[in-house]
Amino acid sequence: MYINMDIIKITLIGGQGKDGSKENVDRFDLKMGDIVSIVGPTGCGKTTLINDIELFANRNTPSERQILINNEPVPENFTFDPSKHPIALISQHTNFLSDLPVGEFLTIHAKVRGSTEIGNVVNETIEFANKLTGEAIIKETAMTELSGGQTRSLLIADAVVIGNSPIILLDEIENAGIHKTKALELLKQYEKIFVFVTHDPSIALLSDFRIIMKAGAMQKIITTNAEERLASDELRKMDDILIHFRTLIRAGEVISESVLKESFETQTQ
Amino acid sequence: MKLVIFAGPPTCGKTTVIRQVIKRIIVKNLKPSFVKIDVLYADEDEAINKEFGIPAKKIYSGELCPDHCNVVVLDEVVEWAEQKGSDYLFVETAGLCLRCSPYVEKSLGIVVLEATSGMNLPRKIGPMLTLADISVITKIDLISQAEREVFRYRVLEAAKSITIVESNALYGIGIDPIVKKILKTEDVEFPMFLRGNPPVGTCTICVGKKEIGAKNHFGVLRTMEKELFYIGE
Ligand SMILES: Nc1nc2c(ncn2[C@@H]2O[C@H](COP(=O)(O)OP(=O)(O)OP(=O)(O)O)[C@@H](O)[C@H]2O)c(=O)[nH]1
Ligand SMILES: Nc1ncnc2c1ncn2[C@@H]1O[C@H](COP(=O)(O)OP(=O)(O)OP(=O)(O)O)[C@@H](O)[C@H]1O
Ligand SMILES: [Mg+2]
Ligand SMILES: [Mg+2]
Ligand SMILES: [Zn+2]
Repeated sequence: MYINMDIIKITLIGGQGKDGSKENVDRFDLKMGDIVSIVGPTGCGKTTLINDIELFANRNTPSERQILINNEPVPENFTFDPSKHPIALISQHTNFLSDLPVGEFLTIHAKVRGSTEIGNVVNETIEFANKLTGEAIIKETAMTELSGGQTRSLLIADAVVIGNSPIILLDEIENAGIHKTKALELLKQYEKIFVFVTHDPSIALLSDFRIIMKAGAMQKIITTNAEERLASDELRKMDDILIHFRTLIRAGEVISESVLKESFETQTQ
Repeated sequence: MKLVIFAGPPTCGKTTVIRQVIKRIIVKNLKPSFVKIDVLYADEDEAINKEFGIPAKKIYSGELCPDHCNVVVLDEVVEWAEQKGSDYLFVETAGLCLRCSPYVEKSLGIVVLEATSGMNLPRKIGPMLTLADISVITKIDLISQAEREVFRYRVLEAAKSITIVESNALYGIGIDPIVKKILKTEDVEFPMFLRGNPPVGTCTICVGKKEIGAKNHFGVLRTMEKELFYIGE
């Protein structure tokens, strides 16, 4: 049985934390266009929360959470038409295990996802990924040979271009040295629900709201206010400075005092 | 009694899946028992007996192909489980020989494949996959969603009408749909017959005799308790 539906909203109903006690947050909605961050210390259950969303948990995972789509729970033995799975999850993994060349893998995935112009979609995906990576990904490379950053970039590009899903869950986009601000810029062009698991303050403040987690449980939800939005702009400038230095260092430059001064001046204008 | 046969390459997660299934069967007040058929070494029977207190047993196939061993002892194994008053018998096979398959008619055949095993596995394992009713894909927590979707496609390409269940067996995710299918399985009936056609070969099983039980065959045989013996010229 395949379910096919247009997603208007998704509701998360709280379950329990690691110690079995009830979560503080017991219900909230995600609507099209929402950008949400999930924050909290290492091991607090951020990945577990987005996995629950991706699996349409129905009180059948250790957290006992339930996910509703358009106010309805998803039946236990549901299967989405794989070509229309509404959620793309970009996991924390930084390596592929599949032994296929990049082009072949993407071609099959595009076929699974029901793309019509497969060749174009595959090229577009590789181009998108290469905007985020240092060294370009080549179609003929084996997936297993890609670096951590190349893998993450390709996963993001695949989810957005090939997956074409209305809901995108990203686990720690900032890791593995990809161009984070660029990635956010590219992603924001798409009208989707984005959920970012993140340790990065500027990503957290760019979201519409953030879920604070501790010991496996959702503690509270904070809506980003106007003051925080300004703070987020400042943080972004600091990020740009860091990225600028990273580029210089990667290019083999020596960082003298004058380079330092000049960079601060140009980047904070 | 209902018979469920689990097959799959070594360390693909068969026992982990079976444990999760047993947990869910026991809470329904149903009585399962468990048998492991393996070549040289197995300890699942003791672990499962200790964890759940249910009848559990192992059989070493030794010199025999484990699927061949399965064919000649399964009738006695089913009788054993019935004598123990079981409602369900779960058989875990080693699944090493990729020419045979262990599934029999009027039972549920489940092949367990790990998502981490590479995209070509579904093309390599033949009847163990194509003759099964359900393919459980384990370790989905270890790979990306994109790879999961491609792996699933490769499984369906090899076995068009199989039911696919994706699972993180460690946390019991994706087990409920398997239990549902198990509950709907029809009762096992004697005489039992193998599904599909055995491979080309020289013994009675290999030349296509599908009846289960050592008494139906000649050549190199064994029973549940008795080690290898030979019947024939
Ligand atoms: N991460 C992860 N590990 C799993 C999963 N399923 C099984 N494992 C692990 O994989 C290893 C092998 O699992 P088993 O259930 O013993 O595999 P098996 O198929 O019974 O192995 P043999 O009987 O020895 O052939 C164990 O360390 C399990 O904990 C899963 O879904 N995710
Ligand atoms: N609500 C819960 N109930 C039971 N176990 C949980 C719950 N939430 C998390 N866990 C367990 O806690 C462990 C750590 O969780 P998880 O990997 O989600 O953390 P994380 O916040 O993503 O950490 P990191 O920042 O290191 O990626 C996992 O083993 C997970 O199964
Ligand atoms: Mg995590
Ligand atoms: Mg085992
Ligand atoms: Zn064999």
